Amino acid sequence: MSPQTGWTDQRVENIIGNLLRAGVILSALVVFVGAIVYLARHGQEPADYRIFRGEPSDLRHISGIVHDAFAFQGRGIIQLGLLLLIATPVARVAFSIFGFALEGDRMYAGFTLIVLAILLYSLLGSSLY
Amino acid sequence: MNVLEFTALVWAGSVIAGLLGSLTGLGGGVVLVPLLTLFFKVDIRYAVGASLVSVIATSSGAAAAYVKEGFSNIRIGMFLEIATTVGALLGAFLATRVSGSAIATIFGFVLLYSAYLAGRPRVRHAFDDVPDPLATRLKINGSFPEAEGVRHYCVHRVPLGFSLMFGAGALSGLLGIGSGAVKVLAMDQAMRIPFKVSTTTSNFMIGVTAAASAGIYLNRGYIDPGLSMPVMLGVLSGSLVGTRILVKAETKWLRLVFSAIILLLGAQMLYNGLAGRI
Repeated sequence: MSPQTGWTDQRVENIIGNLLRAGVILSALVVFVGAIVYLARHGQEPADYRIFRGEPSDLRHISGIVHDAFAFQGRGIIQLGLLLLIATPVARVAFSIFGFALEGDRMYAGFTLIVLAILLYSLLGSSLY
Repeated sequence: MNVLEFTALVWAGSVIAGLLGSLTGLGGGVVLVPLLTLFFKVDIRYAVGASLVSVIATSSGAAAAYVKEGFSNIRIGMFLEIATTVGALLGAFLATRVSGSAIATIFGFVLLYSAYLAGRPRVRHAFDDVPDPLATRLKINGSFPEAEGVRHYCVHRVPLGFSLMFGAGALSGLLGIGSGAVKVLAMDQAMRIPFKVSTTTSNFMIGVTAAASAGIYLNRGYIDPGLSMPVMLGVLSGSLVGTRILVKAETKWLRLVFSAIILLLGAQMLYNGLAGRI
């Protein structure tokens, strides 16, 4: 911690806490809008989740989800909201690197960078297989 | 059942799961997956995907409140997240390889163990102030505010805690739960971190751990928007209400009721998993 710059764990954490809350509220709103569109169009169809088919490929990847959401499809909008939700902790980790760097803590900036790499691999890299 | 009725019922069930989860501190995931698979006959892979999404929502939603209290230790959390996220990746890959029955069987065992942990009185351990050299080098010894003033604590047995966290991450990725109980166990019992610090730090780690497996779930088509929508919105509203009334509620009998429910669900999951019905 470096008192000269005034960046302490607590201050960084307060900012991050608010960032997380904003991310959750935003994603819940997007999911809610998607829910209205989805239920208005498909509410009367039978619901069946007994057999696992897996999602269609457009709902599995970031580009497809964004495409479907902008085409105003209910399921696409919901999935975009869920994607925003998954991105919230990723943003938190990214911001923490920045915070540790400001505090001059190289070891923890490094640890956090490892965590970020794992998260990005899961979100982006695992789709390459 | 049409989509509208299904959505409404799943939403209501998720509100209750979120409420119970936050009141007891065990999280909603442990009851959600059995609820979806046993009562709504949802395939366990969709159930696990929806549950994982709701775990991220509750963890991130509660983070702001916990941070202000000043209990959570972000260095401990960030260091141990290296273990939980690697574990979560492994768990999520494993989930795509094994059968639904196998996942249900493991889930059953975890539920039975959680019920045992929740029903058992917490073992209080004495704090000593002899610093552990590894913990000192990692700068994870900390302090937190108490009524009598600031209390300092030393962290112990870092390698054991780190290994347990890897296991917690793998369970989280395999079963779509936050596995907060295992995380608290690792910090509170193994690493001798004060209970309040353990629970709040665990909460902040849960979201990051879950995000590590969520990417793989999404890419494999486990996250269904129609199912995840009522689950996420329900658990989120339930847990928000739960954290508001937490201060007033008498949690002792609530924990007992909740562990009885988990025990029953665990037996059901185990039976159905072993019988190959899930």
